[in-house]
Amino acid sequence: MGIRFVLMVNKQGQTRLAQYYEYLTVEERRTLEGEIVRKCLARNENQCSFVEHRNYKIVYRRYASLFFLVGVDDGENELAILEFIHLLVETMDRHFGNVCELDIMFHLEKVHFMLEEMVMNGCIVETSKSNILTPIQLMDKTS
Amino acid sequence: MAGSSSSSIMDNLFQRTLDDLIKSMRLQLLTESSFISKSIEEIRREIKSTDPQTKSTALQKLTYLSSIHGIDMSWASFHVVEVMSSSLFLHKRIGYHAASVSFNDSTPVLLLITNQLRKDLSSTNHFHASLALHCLSTIATLDLARDLTPDIFNLLSSSRVFIRNKAIAVVLRVFDKYPDAVRVCFKRLVENLESSDPKVVIAVIGVFCELSSKDPRSYLPLAPEFYRILVDSKNNWVLIKVLKIFARLAPLEPRLGKRIVEPICEHIRRSGAKSLVFECVRTVITSLSDHESAVKLAVTKIRELLVDQDPNLRYLGLHALSVAAPKHLWAVLENKDAVIKSLDDEDSNIKIESLRLLMAMVSESNVVEISRVLLNYALKSDPEFCNEILGSILTTCGRNLYEIIVDFDWYVSLLGEMTMIPHCQKGEEIENQLIDIGMRVKDARLQLVRVARDLLIDPALLGNVYLHRILCAAAWVAGEYVQLASNPLELIDALVQPRTNLLPPSIRAVYINSVLKVVSFCLECYLDKDEGTSSSHDGELASGRSEMFVVKNDTEAPELVATCEGSTYEQDEGFNPRNSTAESCDEDLSVENDSDRVVTLSSKKNFTHESVVNLLNRIELIFGSLTANQDVEVLERARNIFAFVQLIKAEIIDNSGQNADTVDKKYSQISTVIKSIRDAFSMELGPVSISAQGRVTAPDGLALKENLDDLKAICGDIELPSSVSFYTGGPQFGTTSDASSSNLLKNDESGQSNESTSLLEHRKRHGLYYLASDKSEIVPNDYPPANDPKSNSNINDEADELTKLTEQSVLLKKRTNQMKPRPVVVRLDDGDVAPVPNKRPERRDNSLSGAIKDVLGSETNPSLSQSNPLDKSSTKQKGKKKLGTDLPSEMKENLGDAEKPDPEIPNSSSKNKERRRRGKEKIVEGEESDQKGKKKSSHRHGRRKTHQRANSPLNVVSQTPVIPDFLL
Repeated sequence: MGIRFVLMVNKQGQTRLAQYYEYLTVEERRTLEGEIVRKCLARNENQCSFVEHRNYKIVYRRYASLFFLVGVDDGENELAILEFIHLLVETMDRHFGNVCELDIMFHLEKVHFMLEEMVMNGCIVETSKSNILTPIQLMDKTS
Repeated sequence: MAGSSSSSIMDNLFQRTLDDLIKSMRLQLLTESSFISKSIEEIRREIKSTDPQTKSTALQKLTYLSSIHGIDMSWASFHVVEVMSSSLFLHKRIGYHAASVSFNDSTPVLLLITNQLRKDLSSTNHFHASLALHCLSTIATLDLARDLTPDIFNLLSSSRVFIRNKAIAVVLRVFDKYPDAVRVCFKRLVENLESSDPKVVIAVIGVFCELSSKDPRSYLPLAPEFYRILVDSKNNWVLIKVLKIFARLAPLEPRLGKRIVEPICEHIRRSGAKSLVFECVRTVITSLSDHESAVKLAVTKIRELLVDQDPNLRYLGLHALSVAAPKHLWAVLENKDAVIKSLDDEDSNIKIESLRLLMAMVSESNVVEISRVLLNYALKSDPEFCNEILGSILTTCGRNLYEIIVDFDWYVSLLGEMTMIPHCQKGEEIENQLIDIGMRVKDARLQLVRVARDLLIDPALLGNVYLHRILCAAAWVAGEYVQLASNPLELIDALVQPRTNLLPPSIRAVYINSVLKVVSFCLECYLDKDEGTSSSHDGELASGRSEMFVVKNDTEAPELVATCEGSTYEQDEGFNPRNSTAESCDEDLSVENDSDRVVTLSSKKNFTHESVVNLLNRIELIFGSLTANQDVEVLERARNIFAFVQLIKAEIIDNSGQNADTVDKKYSQISTVIKSIRDAFSMELGPVSISAQGRVTAPDGLALKENLDDLKAICGDIELPSSVSFYTGGPQFGTTSDASSSNLLKNDESGQSNESTSLLEHRKRHGLYYLASDKSEIVPNDYPPANDPKSNSNINDEADELTKLTEQSVLLKKRTNQMKPRPVVVRLDDGDVAPVPNKRPERRDNSLSGAIKDVLGSETNPSLSQSNPLDKSSTKQKGKKKLGTDLPSEMKENLGDAEKPDPEIPNSSSKNKERRRRGKEKIVEGEESDQKGKKKSSHRHGRRKTHQRANSPLNVVSQTPVIPDFLL
């Protein structure tokens, strides 16, 4: 499975979203997140966005105060994952309008919903922003 | 009852929503953990509520805390099931999300949700179905997958694309958990490959990409469909996935490569998307490496990446190069400038990648130059990367028993230099190699002893804990091969210098043992000489060649000790033992190169009666103190050597004044003692095979207990003696044997000077090894760092240097004729070391064990055994035969028509017709699979062949009518 997990972490290292596509125990997730965050947040902008960790490759990108970290298999295309992260951010931006960390904190469910539309079982299944947002908009209307 | 219902109303009215929770967490005055535990308490109460709103909000909060703050929520699994079954979408969604976050294969309530999932999967509300599919994609177990396969099968052909592509994605998990589902669903999955809807294609390609990573061969028959997507699709994500599939298929079928190489090159040339171009490049260099023009094109693209501003692209460029390195070393050599430049990059990942590439370039002819430059890099880089460099040099050079090393003298010196690098932490590896080379390569021992001497004599190294292992190896080498040492006395001085008390006891024990070896060697030499040339002390003293003579007369310049042979060598600068040792070493080299074993002879001559007595006195003095050491190993060995020296000394001193006859007689007694000690050390050590232990037969009657647990019962009440009791005898021994000296020596041990005459002399000779008398016992690490990077002036432009060197050496096709042949490296027959293939160790295994592979494997095997004789003639052969008879496209089409009588004219074939044809065939296939039970991939293989033959030319006709064959 291409994508193993998606993390959003602010620059203080606090997790804002964690979505795993394989089962890890709570304890395993915690240690994994801790290790990855330590590794990635220490890097500067002139360094590349790919970090190898355990048997994952972490592709990360920073937007303002938020880091988007995606753990993928070794064979995955790193640049495509960077594009995926960007697509995710753009989608959120379109929905929330100038998305910021607080939007993600208070609307975690919606972000999860978007992610679900985009990725299933670690495979990317949808890449059109409007398609991703249709169900959410429908949901907003009904509720 | 009334109480509980009223409380639930209260809960409902005053319940905090998730937003409230998050807000108050942000404003909290309490610590986070206590706030969370308070909230959990609250949630535990609320979640029991009968009101669905209260319950689902509580679950929502719990899920939030679980996924963000790592709170365990397994206790709530039954509540999750309850909320899942709500008919309200908002509640249902909370329940499903909680399930996918918290459920795993061992969650007991999973058995309860099968019906709920089935209901939702077949729901007319496609959002409900979508929730169920999402949940299933993360939590499906064998039971769930088996029970719900029919429902998923239905959804695979759902008219709503929204549902269909999710069902496709779920299939991956279902196949993984319940392989038999392949039989039911595979056909529909394949049909979806032909869908015109891009959303469906992206999902199905994703699934095939994952499936093909396990057992690519099974998907070879689908190549035409993949090919069509490769050519037609405009979606970069789909293209990337298809390329990944082809990268796995192409090595299995050579003609496939020919077909796909052109479209891939086209993508490389045309596409503006870097991700796609990179994927094409990667596919070419991994799987199409025989297609020269494509590889050339890929390498030019890699070059563009290497010089890009973006560190991401540089990293990927290096990565791609290292993939190409094993087959296309020229690509690395062509880009070596960029690779070497990357060694200086700001990003450690890029540096490591370029280091790997450099190591890939290393060969017999350039290992010297590349190591030299890398060592200079190591000198100035940060500790982490420095050790990365050292580690890779060590592994590369040590691979397959030093297969690329020709000049072991050089390599041994290199190991010595590595030790001198301030950040060096590769103690263990260097230790192992020093000892290993000592045992395996006889010709390298001379240089090995020299290097060991240089390491031992440097007091600064003793302060670095990372180097202790190396010093341990050096001490062992010095003792083991002492007969090759130019100056054994100097070795003793180095081995007993005061700073050795910084060593851990285990290593100190090795030092002491080496002293014993060296001392016994010295005495043997002395006695041998005495026997040979009937004690002409005077002559030697007069000649002035004796080293001890120098010592006695020249008390002011300790460094002169190092310059043996009384040369005219002059010390230019201030006191620096390292300079002097290094240079005198060179001098030794020139002398010893002339005749191999001059050393031994000359050193033999150096022992005079006085010098030996002197030596014995000193040893006695120093080891007397160690007989009070706390460590058993040190204590034991020190006592042994102490007693030995006392024995010898008594005899030698007694005889000094007597006439020659008695001297000879007495000496012969000692010499038997010494000879027997030397004999104990004379057996040469060699490498030990890893299977050696297995060859030792267990003696009869030896019962090896498997379980030692009952030992605890036996020994339980026996108190283990504390380590203290081991050394209490020490001081007593010292006082009884030689009270005065032991007292003095205890002082010496604690680093204080004393007035003992012999010690004073030692101090004069080796002032360096003594501390100023006012210093405390703890030796401060105030020696200059072993190798000051600043003192090296020529490290500024290694890049240029390496470029130059690689130009000279890497490209050098012929090896320069070597000065000397490669020495013999002892190699055990049964492979003492598992040979390492001459390439980078594989990154890591894909840990996802392929359940699918098992399925397909198990599908293949039974089918082969049970298949009818016609099939048994091996589909492969059949395939080959067919493949062999390549026909022009028209004929093939005819053949296809002949097999499946279809009056259509191929050229006019529309999509519909094609579909129909396919449908027909699939029906046949389906029937067969139903009859035969498990469909076997091999059979499918054969079948598919005909199917391709029937329709692939049509595909080809519509796209590239010129090319006659495709996979056939």
